Amino acid sequence: MRRDIFQAIADPTRRAIVMLLAVQAMTPNAMAEHFASSRQAVSKHIKILVECDLLVQKPHGREIQYHLKAAKMQEIEIWLDQFKALMGKRFNQLDEVLTRLKARKK
Amino acid sequence: MNLENIFTFTVDKDNLAVKVERAFEAPLALVWSAWTEAELLNEWWAPKPFRAETKSMDFSEGGRWLYAMVSPEGQRHWGVKEFTQILPRQSFTYRSYFCDENGTVNPATTGSTWVNSFVEAQGITLVTNDIRCDSLAHLEAQIKMGFKEGYTACLGNLDELLARVQQNGK
Repeated sequence: MRRDIFQAIADPTRRAIVMLLAVQAMTPNAMAEHFASSRQAVSKHIKILVECDLLVQKPHGREIQYHLKAAKMQEIEIWLDQFKALMGKRFNQLDEVLTRLKARKK
Repeated sequence: MNLENIFTFTVDKDNLAVKVERAFEAPLALVWSAWTEAELLNEWWAPKPFRAETKSMDFSEGGRWLYAMVSPEGQRHWGVKEFTQILPRQSFTYRSYFCDENGTVNPATTGSTWVNSFVEAQGITLVTNDIRCDSLAHLEAQIKMGFKEGYTACLGNLDELLARVQQNGK
């Protein structure tokens, strides 16, 4: 199973977890309080986010806190930039095709 | 509004949606043909040095376009667009998937929905693509498939440009 940033944010609960952790590090219990779903379900999403390398665990007293690796989110920006460049390149090629078509019509 | 230079790209990350607008200096009829006829799509859909190759095209509601993106090394990446709605010379909608050479889509793969709209004003045609991805993984795959080589080429050009600028600065 592939695990990456794109899979991480494909799920609305995981996106919400990421938003929560963007504000501050949290324990799994504190996170679960924000969701109607079971603690188990939330733990499963946390596990996926860790596997996607988006969260990191740090001990906090007796408990474990999860921190967000914000730099990872930039991967999305990079992909979007590339998609924009792809469309731009396509359209420049389409400009050439249209120029040829217009000339042919004359 | 000056239509000629429009190229906008808007991202709605929460909904995995991208809206692209681009104006073309050509009448709507020509632009529509370029987006809907296989021979013309072959000429521009793949970013160079890739080329697009149509295996079959049935531009009708329920029909589909089966095509390959061919790399300079001759490697083929297959894609299919299934047309769900066509309003002639106004808009058309398709579902886009990756597939094998027979057009068989792996049921586990995700796709994207594209609504493509066309409006003409003063000889300039504005095309809007409303693209909604089932998952960002699909968007990522789309970029990897059609773009890797092209992007590397762009970066190569940038290197040359930077080298020239640096030399001029000396």
